Amino acid sequence: MKISREQVEHVARLARLALADEELDALTGEMDAILGYVEKLNNLNTDHVVPTAHAVPMENAFRDDRIGPSLGTQKAVANAPEAADGCFVVPKVIE
Amino acid sequence: MLSKYEVVIGLEVHVQLTTDTKIFCHCATRFGNQPNSQTCPVCLGLPGSLPVLNKKVVDYAILTGLATHCSIASRSLLARKNYFYPDLPKGYQISQLELPICEHGRLEIDSPEGERRTIGITRIHMEEDAGKLLHDSGAVSRVDLNRACTPLLEIVSEPDMRSSDEAIAYLKKLHQIVVYLGVCDGNLEEGSFRCDANVSLRPRGQKEFGTRAELKNINSFRFIKQAIDYEVERQADILDEGGRVIQETRLFDTASGTTRSMRGKEEAHDYRYFPDPDLVPLLVSEDWIEEIRNSLPELPETKIDRFVREYGIPRYDAEVLAAERATADYYDALVKEQGNGKLCSNWVMGEVQRALNDSGLPVAECPVAPRQLAGLLKRIEDNTISGKIAKQVFDAMWKSDRDADSIIEEQGLRQVSDLGAIEPIIDQILAANPEQVAEFRAGKEKLLGFFVGQAMKLTKGKANPAALNEVLVKRLKG
Repeated sequence: MKISREQVEHVARLARLALADEELDALTGEMDAILGYVEKLNNLNTDHVVPTAHAVPMENAFRDDRIGPSLGTQKAVANAPEAADGCFVVPKVIE
Repeated sequence: MLSKYEVVIGLEVHVQLTTDTKIFCHCATRFGNQPNSQTCPVCLGLPGSLPVLNKKVVDYAILTGLATHCSIASRSLLARKNYFYPDLPKGYQISQLELPICEHGRLEIDSPEGERRTIGITRIHMEEDAGKLLHDSGAVSRVDLNRACTPLLEIVSEPDMRSSDEAIAYLKKLHQIVVYLGVCDGNLEEGSFRCDANVSLRPRGQKEFGTRAELKNINSFRFIKQAIDYEVERQADILDEGGRVIQETRLFDTASGTTRSMRGKEEAHDYRYFPDPDLVPLLVSEDWIEEIRNSLPELPETKIDRFVREYGIPRYDAEVLAAERATADYYDALVKEQGNGKLCSNWVMGEVQRALNDSGLPVAECPVAPRQLAGLLKRIEDNTISGKIAKQVFDAMWKSDRDADSIIEEQGLRQVSDLGAIEPIIDQILAANPEQVAEFRAGKEKLLGFFVGQAMKLTKGKANPAALNEVLVKRLKG
């Protein structure tokens, strides 16, 4: 096994996914298969290959430090499930 | 108790940069505006928006790295640090992990024992700030994302400090440098300079570090010292009783002066960093680094040496004057106009500082410009007025924006050095105080001060002290 049920559970918790037992079983199997497939890459010698984070060979995309228009408070919170005084309202985070 | 253990402190400082706009979008970074007024799809983390790096943030990172003797990475990457918290709209913070922009720097500090110590700087990386959470008394928290995406430099030190005093010396030095560079406004209350402290103890002589506690987000030098001192005692107590320190994050409570465990965030420490696919690699050329190196301002240490060497002032004066860049600039401009280094330093550290404190103004807004003050000091040097009268003229200049000369003329403050004018006044005083004259002549020479005082009173302080003394001594002894 490339991945354990506990690891899948852990990753799900980090992603805030509530998975039922049968979902956990199914996903563990699927993820194990995927990792097994990708593992083939380990057969390649990559000693002198720079890790690739981007498929497009591009660097140094910048913007100048110039202020542009913001959305403004009203638009910013317009789609919030709950808002008050121009703020997003969330369940209390610190007791 | 503490002699048994050696204290080991490493510091992580978050420096908020003074750019006009955020690190990945064009929203303004101004403090204190209406909640969420400075937000856009990028800093709100709306789907489909793309971050683009603010070039000035890179300039400032390189500048700070050069000022702290770091090596600048020719290739550097931005990464996602993943965790959920309501002040982090995207569910990840854009930061740097591998390949930070600056590494392997150092800072020299003077320990409280007067010893020069080198504190290593592990790395400096760029990242975005989170938003602000407002905790009400009720069952909810409110989120203001104006601060989200504000550019920060995280400056990580080596665990090289051995006392809270050294930690404070390092922080003050770092604070001075970033403010000098102009990359940070240095405002601790507004959170522009925040510190996390990693504190651990180990038995003296032991090589391995003990388990550390991380003290989070403390925004005053005094509180950092308190928090570290409390934490050192807490850990010493645990070790004394044979216990083990737990690696954890602790919050400093300003009210009680203690730290308490911040459990609950523990599990979230699995950040699953990976290179941000939205942001391309950053390549910094030698030319770019040289360009920034050429813009490095003179830093406090160099300035102190120059003030001592060029203006002939004591090291103590130079240190006071160079502590703040604006004060140093003021002094520099003043000496260049006036010439007498020590007279100028006395005035900047004395009258100017006092008047600024009284009126609550920063040096940059001093109503008496260096050129004007130089005009006043010239009149002391050429004996037109005494130092005492000069203070009176200075106060008048402070209020009126007028030059020293016009005030001296208008108020008739010229010093009286003419012996012909002083002699009749002295005759008058001697005649009015025969007893004191007799006592003086009988050997009580301390009374000279009394006669000087009388003469100053009658001339409203305008008598030239040297001329006055000369005539007085001549008359009294004669």
